[in-house]
Amino acid sequence: MRSNVHDFSLVAPPTLSEALKLLASDPALTPIAGGTELMVALSAGRLPQRQLLSLHQVRELRFIHANPETIVLGAGTTFTDIRRHEAIAEDLPLLTAAASWTGSIANQNRGTLGGNIVNASPAADTPPALLAYGATLTLISSAGMRTMPYGMFHLSYKKTALAPDELLYSVTVPRRSPGYRSYIRKVGTRNAQAISKVAIAALAKIEDGIIADVRIGAASLRETPVRCAATEKALTGQTISAAELPRLVAAASSALASEAKPVDDIRSTAKYRAAVAANLIEEFLEQLATSG
Amino acid sequence: MTEITLTVNGQLQTVDLPSMKRLLDVLREDLGLTGAKEGCGEGECGSCSVLMDGELVNSCLVPALQAEGAHITTIEGLSPETTAPLHPIQQCFLEHGGAQCGICTPGMILATHHLLAKHPQPTMEEIQEGLAGNLCRCTGYMRIFEAVEQAAKASAESTP
Repeated sequence: MRSNVHDFSLVAPPTLSEALKLLASDPALTPIAGGTELMVALSAGRLPQRQLLSLHQVRELRFIHANPETIVLGAGTTFTDIRRHEAIAEDLPLLTAAASWTGSIANQNRGTLGGNIVNASPAADTPPALLAYGATLTLISSAGMRTMPYGMFHLSYKKTALAPDELLYSVTVPRRSPGYRSYIRKVGTRNAQAISKVAIAALAKIEDGIIADVRIGAASLRETPVRCAATEKALTGQTISAAELPRLVAAASSALASEAKPVDDIRSTAKYRAAVAANLIEEFLEQLATSG
Repeated sequence: MTEITLTVNGQLQTVDLPSMKRLLDVLREDLGLTGAKEGCGEGECGSCSVLMDGELVNSCLVPALQAEGAHITTIEGLSPETTAPLHPIQQCFLEHGGAQCGICTPGMILATHHLLAKHPQPTMEEIQEGLAGNLCRCTGYMRIFEAVEQAAKASAESTP
């Protein structure tokens, strides 16, 4: 059943400070940016929020700053903005790749990085890359700003650390440190437009044939986007080579099985997700072993 | 009700409507522009595609208030002059059988327009990616891709 639009209200303050003031006075307001999530719920008659706060017109949220050590993206940055940014393509290729397969071109023109994070879907496309890169979030309210590691933002299914009077302001991503190699793959029903069945983004640093550091972010393996800490631990300090590969893959698969808690839903099954996630980790390790 | 002013196909329009009304419904119901179609109503099919400030968007996912001050181009406004009722892209779709039932066609043509603005000479991969958000259940896509290739060629030939 379609919603009756007369039951809903939308306000569109021109500036960030006015938006924060409105949110502080009425924390029941729900922010809406590109509408690629909430408008779908509206059309389907399952949008519980009745009062919405538009962020689309707040220009202060839409920016990309390339600093020497970090790239800072405003929460209102669209996926198209990310795809068109050369410094991101150069230094944060996992993020460019994730943006390139988020929805369609029309969705990428409207959907925002902030919405992708705050909507808190376990299947969202950019979180695995942001987790692997060790991104930091800056949250803002009329009382001030605070920062937190992105890894601490998701508390449980669709629950985040964002307070009712807060907005996500920006995402800070460290620029690639030298010597890291990266991997990302999304498995969905089709290449374009599909919501992931499972996705993995990973970075590793190899020193003298040893995995010195490894970071793995995953989508659709638990109730929130997650870092695969047990798998990372099982791989860190291990020798990576063609001869060692089977042993390493077995160790990683077993660690991944201990921490992955995928579910059955309309897009896939828990069994399929667990098997494919292990295959993706294997592919990542194969690439590390063969490319040196 | 909220008063919203926007430019549609070059004409300034002021409409009084609920702020969360979908742009698609504003175009079809309030402005009588029924070229944009509703397929899925959830941003998957692209039948409701329009250009908003030059960018391709699904008009079913745009709340009316967010279109305040925006420049919208629908299929009705794509052809620039009354003497040439069809835009060259429309002409190529016609000649190559890129349209059958017609539900996806306005969106396909606007997505093609957006694609060619960014990639005047697109590769087949770029064409496929550019139209990946527009579903067609009639043509099997090959004739659409041929129409897009022809439109790119025609555009290159007409550019001095």
